[in-house]
Amino acid sequence: MMHLLQTSLEALKPFLLPLIFAVTIVAVLPLIAGYIVLMERKVMAHMQVRLGPMRVGPHGLLQPIADAVKLLLKEDIIPESADRLVFWLAPLLTVTTAMLAMAALPFGPGFQIADLNIGLLFVVGISSMGIFGIVLGGWASNSHYSLLGALRSAAQLVSYETAGGMAIVGALLFAGTLSLRNIVEMQENLGVWFIFAAPVGFFIYLVASIAETNRAPFDMPEAESELVAGYMTEYSGFRWALYFLAEYTNVVVVASIATTLFLGGWLRPFPHTHALDFLDEFPAALMLGLAVYSLYRAPKQPVLIQKLVMVLVAGMFAAFAVILLAPMVATHVAGATSIAMMVASWKPALLGGFWFLLKIFLYIYLFMWLRFTFPRYRFDQLMRLGWQFLIPISIVNVMAIGLGLALHRVWGWPRGLALITTTLITLLIAAALAHTGEKKEGSEAMVGEFWGSGRDA
Amino acid sequence: MLDRVLFDLFAGLAILSAILVVTRRNVIHSAIFLITALLATAGIFLQLHAEFLFIVQIILYVGGIMVLFIFVIMLVNLDVALHQMQFRRQWWVGLLLAIALGAETVAAIYIGRLSLPGPNSAPPATALEPNTELVGRALFTGYMLPFEIASVLLLVAMIGAVVMAKRRT
Repeated sequence: MMHLLQTSLEALKPFLLPLIFAVTIVAVLPLIAGYIVLMERKVMAHMQVRLGPMRVGPHGLLQPIADAVKLLLKEDIIPESADRLVFWLAPLLTVTTAMLAMAALPFGPGFQIADLNIGLLFVVGISSMGIFGIVLGGWASNSHYSLLGALRSAAQLVSYETAGGMAIVGALLFAGTLSLRNIVEMQENLGVWFIFAAPVGFFIYLVASIAETNRAPFDMPEAESELVAGYMTEYSGFRWALYFLAEYTNVVVVASIATTLFLGGWLRPFPHTHALDFLDEFPAALMLGLAVYSLYRAPKQPVLIQKLVMVLVAGMFAAFAVILLAPMVATHVAGATSIAMMVASWKPALLGGFWFLLKIFLYIYLFMWLRFTFPRYRFDQLMRLGWQFLIPISIVNVMAIGLGLALHRVWGWPRGLALITTTLITLLIAAALAHTGEKKEGSEAMVGEFWGSGRDA
Repeated sequence: MLDRVLFDLFAGLAILSAILVVTRRNVIHSAIFLITALLATAGIFLQLHAEFLFIVQIILYVGGIMVLFIFVIMLVNLDVALHQMQFRRQWWVGLLLAIALGAETVAAIYIGRLSLPGPNSAPPATALEPNTELVGRALFTGYMLPFEIASVLLLVAMIGAVVMAKRRT
């Protein structure tokens, strides 16, 4: 009996760590999504010279939790004429696919649920299935606003997925592998993040990823001034919260793809330059600084409970600092004891996780910055940008990168020179394309061409 | 054991949803079951260690073609189609074709049963070469010409569709 238990435990061992990772991600993700919403509201408020949420907790720090409780307790309404089963299924579908895509993402050198040899394709393919939740939800609501939002979403996704996919191919030509872990390791070995090797590709992916996640300035599927709330007009309470969770999970997923593929994943800036080794102490220093700052701000809060929460926040940052500092101290002090060895071995995983998350959040911040800077596109403008500019440029980009690699490998040009030349060629073609597009827009009225064909019928 | 359970699950799911695709009255429901059938087939590919086929099935059929299907279904007026007379006058042609196809499949399996791997044949090697690379190599070396011809054919079809759509307006 004992023996059987032991063997089955042995058999389960390879699944244990991925299981822990998966549970961690599923448990923490709603919290992170909630705080991304808070961050978005705060960033928006400050860009518009307002304060944003200030009431719940110091500087609104507990607002996501209050919102979550409100959404959970809200009445669940299903429209009478809705297709009940599909209405019920749709939000689940979006959340499931968005979370499933997380399975292949490398959050650090040690923190990855599964390193698939088709990793990148898996993430892209699975997350592209989330569109069904949006389209079916919009259809099942049996409302015109929802249906229009769903249709826009489907058209937008199909258009921009092509450009995004071609942008990814550009970076893949350097990596030569689909495994996300190997892509990051390749960037380490080559000593260059692929954003510097394929800047045009990164730009195309940035635009395409904003459109794929339905965010402003490309948030046509939920344009509140035209469609109330687009595909989720009829949703309320917890189902609505699920859509929101899925949206922000998708934002995290595209940010992770961009980070892994273009921004060097979990690598710190210049991983081979030993003069910059002090950057390894940066995470702990940052956390300590934040803890001290929170303590400094605590007495300035208006209410006692907010002061206490601020002290708690300071304590949290201090705890993070201790966790991040522990491996450093362990390597310097103890030397031989087994516990110190074990703690020291966490160092790359902790640092990697910090840099990865930092890059993700910088990318998300860029999303917010763009959202509050640009006005919303019109739908025909969106389609024209996708089909007449981004897709041709992404194809040119792939061919130019291929040419650059051929120049480097076959004709022996220096790598930097070859890539700069081909990037310049791509940029020239892009400029020419943009120029002709503008002229066309000026001379003939192409307004509403996309929906125009429908209007005739 | 686990393999067997998984295969039965995927195969059963594929067959069941394929039946539901043709029996549902509501076109959207049919489309949903078609998605399930395609996903179950992808699962069988994955079980055969064909990861590349698995993900291509999902990206192309589920993520691409089915999105377009649903898009088109939503654009046409379904309520009218539901009340129209169903196209059942050629049912006997369909039945005939189905019987022929079924007989052909059974015959093919029966004749080739000796060359098929049985339940007692050797299990596949655990560490296979990543088959994305294998597919790529095969397409760009051994099957270069058919591959190029197929892509030119698709390009022609695409241009043709655009030209025909443009002419009508």
